[in-house]
Amino acid sequence: MSDAEYTFLVFRGDANGGEEREYKVPAVPGMVVLDAIHWIQAHIAGDLAVRWNCKAAKCGSCSAEINGIPKLMCKTRLDDFQGEDVHVAPMHTFPIIKDLVTDVSWNYTVNKRIAPFTPREDEPSPFIMYQKDVDRLYEPRKCIECFLCQDVCHVLRNHGEMSEYFGPRFMVRYQYLAMHPKDSLDRREAIKDKGGVGLCNITKCCQEVCPEHIHITDNAIIPLKERVADEFFDPVRWFIRRRGDARNAKPKEDLEGSGVEPQPQRPRPLESPGGKDIAAS
Amino acid sequence: MIESYETHEHDVLIIGAGGAGLRAAIAASEAGASVGVVCKSLLGKAHTVMAEGGMAASLGNVDPADSWKMHFGDTMRGGQMINNWRMVELFAKEAPDRVFELERWGALFDRTDDGRIMQRAFGAHSYRRLAHVGDRTGLELIRTLQDKGVHSDIDVYMECTLTRLILDGERVCGAFGYWREDGRFVLFRARAIIVATGGWGRMYKVTSNSWEGTGDGIAMAYEAGAELRDTEMVQFHPTGMVWPPGVRGLLVTEGVRGEGGILKNSKDERFMLRYDPKKKDLSSRDVVARAIYREVQEGRGSEHGGAYLDISHKPADFVRHKLPSMYEQFIKLADIDITKEPMEVAPTVHYAMGGIQVEAETGASTVPGLFAAGEAAAGLHGANRLGGNSLTDLVVFGRRTGEAAAAYADRLHTHLAIDEHQIQCEKELLLRPFESGGRENAYLLHQELQDVMSTHVGIAREESDMQEGLQKVLDLQERARDIDVQGSRMFNPGWHTARDDLFMLTLAEAVVRAAILRKESRGAHFRIDYPDKDEHLGRVNFIACKTDSGMEIKPQPIPPMPSELAQVIEETNS
Repeated sequence: MSDAEYTFLVFRGDANGGEEREYKVPAVPGMVVLDAIHWIQAHIAGDLAVRWNCKAAKCGSCSAEINGIPKLMCKTRLDDFQGEDVHVAPMHTFPIIKDLVTDVSWNYTVNKRIAPFTPREDEPSPFIMYQKDVDRLYEPRKCIECFLCQDVCHVLRNHGEMSEYFGPRFMVRYQYLAMHPKDSLDRREAIKDKGGVGLCNITKCCQEVCPEHIHITDNAIIPLKERVADEFFDPVRWFIRRRGDARNAKPKEDLEGSGVEPQPQRPRPLESPGGKDIAAS
Repeated sequence: MIESYETHEHDVLIIGAGGAGLRAAIAASEAGASVGVVCKSLLGKAHTVMAEGGMAASLGNVDPADSWKMHFGDTMRGGQMINNWRMVELFAKEAPDRVFELERWGALFDRTDDGRIMQRAFGAHSYRRLAHVGDRTGLELIRTLQDKGVHSDIDVYMECTLTRLILDGERVCGAFGYWREDGRFVLFRARAIIVATGGWGRMYKVTSNSWEGTGDGIAMAYEAGAELRDTEMVQFHPTGMVWPPGVRGLLVTEGVRGEGGILKNSKDERFMLRYDPKKKDLSSRDVVARAIYREVQEGRGSEHGGAYLDISHKPADFVRHKLPSMYEQFIKLADIDITKEPMEVAPTVHYAMGGIQVEAETGASTVPGLFAAGEAAAGLHGANRLGGNSLTDLVVFGRRTGEAAAAYADRLHTHLAIDEHQIQCEKELLLRPFESGGRENAYLLHQELQDVMSTHVGIAREESDMQEGLQKVLDLQERARDIDVQGSRMFNPGWHTARDDLFMLTLAEAVVRAAILRKESRGAHFRIDYPDKDEHLGRVNFIACKTDSGMEIKPQPIPPMPSELAQVIEETNS
């Protein structure tokens, strides 16, 4: 492959539109898509916008859609595309900023709405807990927040229901909190009302694209749906709840903001729409 | 035309949202200060996320004989005794509490059979000391601090780059820069500023550092008059990936050796038995890195110029469980199944022991109002950092610095005035690449600097070679004035790189100049022409500071250790 080159078609544009542009990139053994993007920046298009940090699949910054599939650019080998053109586009679900960079700030507002890990105040520290618990908690904790699952989730992607559903990433966050033996909050109502777990209809697209191989649907969303169903749709429990039986009841996660959250907005409106060259002005 | 800028104001401004920045933010906020955190990337993406092996603290859960004294002794000896001993003392004593605190904030750690935090062996630690969760401890630390931080009263400004500290007289009073998204200028006014921007590994070609490691905060502090220290001490982690070329330098955690991995050369010899018969593969990083370097130099290197690191003698399930991300990294990026075949590894630039000189208790720099914590600060690690000591550094000194900065801001009753002239100068510097009509490409100039540093100030150093390197760095500094960038200020990485280049060029000069002056071999600093330690130089740190005639490097005597600490060194020396 050393004398070969790849043909890249990279989306260039911003909120006002854009188009794919073609770049020829020399092939190097073992190279990944992000290497090619860096080569294009250094040699052809210095202003090609891309997010990346670690280039080691640990930070989850370089998410994009490569030949239509949400992937990390740093982990996508070009050997997989022998003889094919490589199309690189920004994540579709989030508003575009420029080229391959999208506005993912909505995810950060969601995270803020989830009550943090809350041990009982009288829980002795350091904790005593066991490796079998850690082994179960390990999976949701692997999440690197690349937001590829949010990108592919059709509730968010096709229906834009950001105000109703927190999305797969945050079901994974809830999975961690709900399964942690030292977390003291009852999060079921929050998962149902605020998180909107009921909106997922289990197409499993999210777990297919997860670069950390988290079984998002199987191990986070379905168990959370079951917990919610047990609590709210099981007639016996419903009756107990009606009686207000508070024995052994955990405090509930705050439901504040469980109503309609505004649609994701650009955090700060651009002063120079369309990439007008404010440097030159 | 005068372009306006937006202004934000806080008591304490923290630059950087890695482990140190976030821990400082939590501490300053708890102390009642209004806190702003500015980060170049999205929250949770900082270089801390890449830390793998664990965080060192003498919990004694696995080896009950461990103690703060042992941790102190190991760290001082690892740093070849030029550490700030007071920092090491505070660090070793406070480390366990910081680990327990993280656990209480939701961090997950692997457990012992009796339900306590598990600890693993690591290079040059006398006991099994690293609290860890698989090989993703950095991710765990940053996610925990991130979740704690967003529920504290802290304003986070993401994807914002600060490029200049603003002074009122000698006192720091703000920081100026731009939003990455659209290039608009922004000023943060603050009574106290904490630099927590990490290190400068990106000035080297083969490095485990993420793109952010361009030394911004350290260079800004230098420009503002702060003293830098130990800049010659650049850590080469012995085990970076070697092949394929695109992943060269990517970290292979020391945890591989901690869990039983063995280094071999092309003759299938376990060469560490020759270099350090006692600690073997788990010797300190400087020793192992030089051993691999030497094996390669003497013709016993691996296929692509490194060494073999083998853990395939351990059960496959054990390897996948203890080193999941290493397994994934090699299978995905190098087509190597580490449960079946050896990895190929070579030294990679990993960590800057040097940085901003700080006061041990508070993290205060020599500039009033300016503090530093984490990799940006210097002193804790001396001439060589032990693995696992960095994550602990972040939380121990992050907390201390956050509290001290909040207290300083609270005590300061002076009105701080913003000097528009300084802002104007920085605007001009930032905009120059659009107007220079120059011929230099920011990316390629960066690559040239990386070549220069790797060639002339690498793992093995020599006088005339470094003098040549220094001249090249100075030439690059000149050429950087002619950087030209394409496009607009909207999310323009070429433009961002242009300013990053200036930070790295400043610090590269500090690295070479101090390396030339330290005419001995100590820790990470290895001189071919001075292969031994020099007793006299073992009693000084080199300080870099800005003067009217340029950069000055001067020796600073290390204050004598109090007798009780000297005794600890004595006691723990086995």
